[in-house]
Amino acid sequence: MTERGAAIPAAPLRKPRFRVDLWQLGSSVFAALALLPVLAILWLALFPEENIWPHLISTSLPGYIQSTLILMLGVGVSVFLTGVSTAWLVTHYEFPLRRQFEWMLLLPLAIPAYVIAYMYTDLLEFAGPIQRSLRGVFGWELARDYWFPNIRSMGGGILMMGLVLYPYVYLLARAAFLEQSPNQFEASRLLGNSQFKSFLKVSLPIARPAIVVGVALALMETLNDFGTIDFFAIKTLTAGLYDVWLGMGNLGGAAQVATTMLTFVILLLSLEYFGRRRQRFYQSGQRFKEKVRIRLPGKQPWWLTIFCAIPVIAGFIVPVGLLINLAIIYFDVSWTSEFRYYALNSLMLSSIAAVVTILIAMLIAYTRRLHAHSRKMLIVSRVASLGYAVPGAVLAVGVIIPFAAWDNWVDSLAREWFGYSTGLILSGTIFAVIFAYVVRFLAVSIGSIESSLSKVSESMDMAARTLGYSRRQVLTRFHLPLIKGGILTAGMVVFVDSMKELPATLILRPFNFETLATHVYQFASDELIGESALGSLFIVLAGLVPVIFLSRTISRSNLVRPTRPRD
Amino acid sequence: MKLSNFIATIVLGTMTHVALAAEEVNIYSYRQPILIKPMLDVFTGDTGIDVNVVHAKKGLLERLRSEARNTPADLVFTVDIGRLADLKSAGLTQSVDSELLDTNIPVSQRDTQGHWYGLTQRARILLASKDRAKGEISSYEELASENMQGRVCTRSGKHPYMVGLTASMISYHGIEGAEKWLTGLKNNLARKPQGNDRAQVKAIKEGECDVAVINHYYMYKMLSDPKQVPWAESVDVIFPNQGDRGTHMNISGMAMTKYAKNRENALKLMEYLASSKAQKLYSEVNGEYPVQQGVEWSEQLKMWGEFKRDDISLSDVAANRAEAIKMMDRVAYDD
Repeated sequence: MTERGAAIPAAPLRKPRFRVDLWQLGSSVFAALALLPVLAILWLALFPEENIWPHLISTSLPGYIQSTLILMLGVGVSVFLTGVSTAWLVTHYEFPLRRQFEWMLLLPLAIPAYVIAYMYTDLLEFAGPIQRSLRGVFGWELARDYWFPNIRSMGGGILMMGLVLYPYVYLLARAAFLEQSPNQFEASRLLGNSQFKSFLKVSLPIARPAIVVGVALALMETLNDFGTIDFFAIKTLTAGLYDVWLGMGNLGGAAQVATTMLTFVILLLSLEYFGRRRQRFYQSGQRFKEKVRIRLPGKQPWWLTIFCAIPVIAGFIVPVGLLINLAIIYFDVSWTSEFRYYALNSLMLSSIAAVVTILIAMLIAYTRRLHAHSRKMLIVSRVASLGYAVPGAVLAVGVIIPFAAWDNWVDSLAREWFGYSTGLILSGTIFAVIFAYVVRFLAVSIGSIESSLSKVSESMDMAARTLGYSRRQVLTRFHLPLIKGGILTAGMVVFVDSMKELPATLILRPFNFETLATHVYQFASDELIGESALGSLFIVLAGLVPVIFLSRTISRSNLVRPTRPRD
Repeated sequence: MKLSNFIATIVLGTMTHVALAAEEVNIYSYRQPILIKPMLDVFTGDTGIDVNVVHAKKGLLERLRSEARNTPADLVFTVDIGRLADLKSAGLTQSVDSELLDTNIPVSQRDTQGHWYGLTQRARILLASKDRAKGEISSYEELASENMQGRVCTRSGKHPYMVGLTASMISYHGIEGAEKWLTGLKNNLARKPQGNDRAQVKAIKEGECDVAVINHYYMYKMLSDPKQVPWAESVDVIFPNQGDRGTHMNISGMAMTKYAKNRENALKLMEYLASSKAQKLYSEVNGEYPVQQGVEWSEQLKMWGEFKRDDISLSDVAANRAEAIKMMDRVAYDD
């Protein structure tokens, strides 16, 4: 940025003429590609083998929808309360272990929901150690002799998903709180509002875009989950979808259920949009002023420590402890020479997916900013996010259809013209797997990057453009340093999610190709939880690396003086 | 080194279909590779033919269908009859003509036109607590009887194994009779259906229920896991309906894809898996019943002894699966 002071280049005069806007074109192309699998599914929905709706509506559909709504409401409230409260405490209060909690609160994100469900079921079910010792102490014998909450229930499902999904909200809310200028909060305090009231009236509304994105992400994960709800026998729409597809062999009917789910997601996305619409808050140069954290008197700070410890212990320490225990018991069967290779496969796939997703998301988010009042770009950005709505296995089918169609088309052309068969070019390759990851997780990164960008004042773009910087330069020189945190957040979430992704990987991968997740699944699906423990532990550990890395970067960016436009 | 491995995988993965001309067979498998690897390894060792596998529980049929004539897959392995029937009716399989297969696999365990072949049989057995339900039950029908109220545990009714059993009940008792039975069973459940087959045994051990329905090989596997032996030892194994039609059996099986490119190698593998050597391995490694008559069983299978198997045509059972699933919805089995 130093050269800027030397000479302000004159803006070249351009004759107004029609030209293709490459930003818009690029965004639209990527959005269209991301839409392909969704279109394939809609197309399937139009041609079901048998019309399943009369049966579904008269029997299970109302139940599916009801439990989906209850689950989403429960998880939504749970992640909101946990995520926002912990984020607020670590940014605004001083208490023992606060610095450690800043990153430890992210740890549960590394645990797949189905893994935590397995672990708690092992611990809490009738045959588990807790109930067994209770029976030993009180002399009960059978389940009917006493009451104990059943972990395999709606409540249990909400609890499990809340525990591993709240970090989405925590992550985004914390970033938002950190980016907030303390001035407004101070002003509110000076006007006589209490800490809590200032939080409710000032900080929370300003952080709302980020929080809404976090909750929406958590809810979409909830909607998509199959492992947990299957294990807990909760009948959501996803469960219904698989019933129709695999049980009744009706893929078209399943695609129709998927379409129903799509409307849920469109609702969520609109919620997010309307949450933000009337809110425009900009980051300004003052925001990085060192925050003064409040120190409560006496022993009170310890209560905050305990409060923050609860989600970490319940969401990470307990399940990982149980995993380690199982992994040790079954170590000999699980530790094989292929292990590191599978882990490397997972790391590489997830990294590539994260980088590609971020690049595309940045393109789309920035183009949307360039055309702030264009309805078209809003649609492009929403369309690109739709893949998140589709359960992994269904998305995989949606990927296969256009890919194979393309391959077969190229093949038939080659046969016709050259008498040579090209076979399958894209289907059954790692490219297909990465494509599915990108489609699936694009929503995550677009949401996060748009939310970060929205906080950079538009007057800065205007100033920079007036000074003759191109649109690309505005992005790379001004926005990138400012939204680094948002980009890292998005990248990490995509990385960890890809690491955990299973159904699409299973269906799309090449021959003899294993990732950690597919390797673990082999055992877990054969009901050998013990044998799968070591692999699950590795997934959790691999997921931890970016979690810690990210957390450090955010912390540091808070201390180091940032690059910012000169006064 | 590892990076280059990975890149090689990507490149090879991209070019598999073009570049590989070596002797090989490609399999889409609904079965976990760990369960078939011992047999495949012996096959490769004996013949020098490489076996490549993609395993998934869902979506392989759709992948096969979309790839059409360019599919790299030569064979499909499944874990139940339903999928075999689906593959055939979707027109994705081809008829195989092999005297050896026809000799080794009984006609009830294969498609009469040679589109699919059973490899192993699995019995849907009953378990009764040794302490609390000894000798109280001997047929599937009794699961719905009044003295079983609040004592039965099963997994989700939508699971293919429960669907298969219910479909066979439809075959014998008609829709109305089967629905009455299923309603009775539902009312006798000790808890909401949950967990896998093993979890039902655990629940009996801990006194949550007295009777359960599971696939027999889970008992086989539990007896070889030190932690689970006590669960397995707390129950009696019952092969139901010995007085009438016999015990409900499902199969794991294989089919050759319509556009198989390594047809000869695929056939070799099919014949190998139906041979006495591989059939014996299935029984020893997985505790499944060989489809081939006269193959020696593993020790545990011998200990449970001979029993009468329900030899109803599996295609008939498969035809009732969709109805069985709807029935699960109607009686709200899982709620």
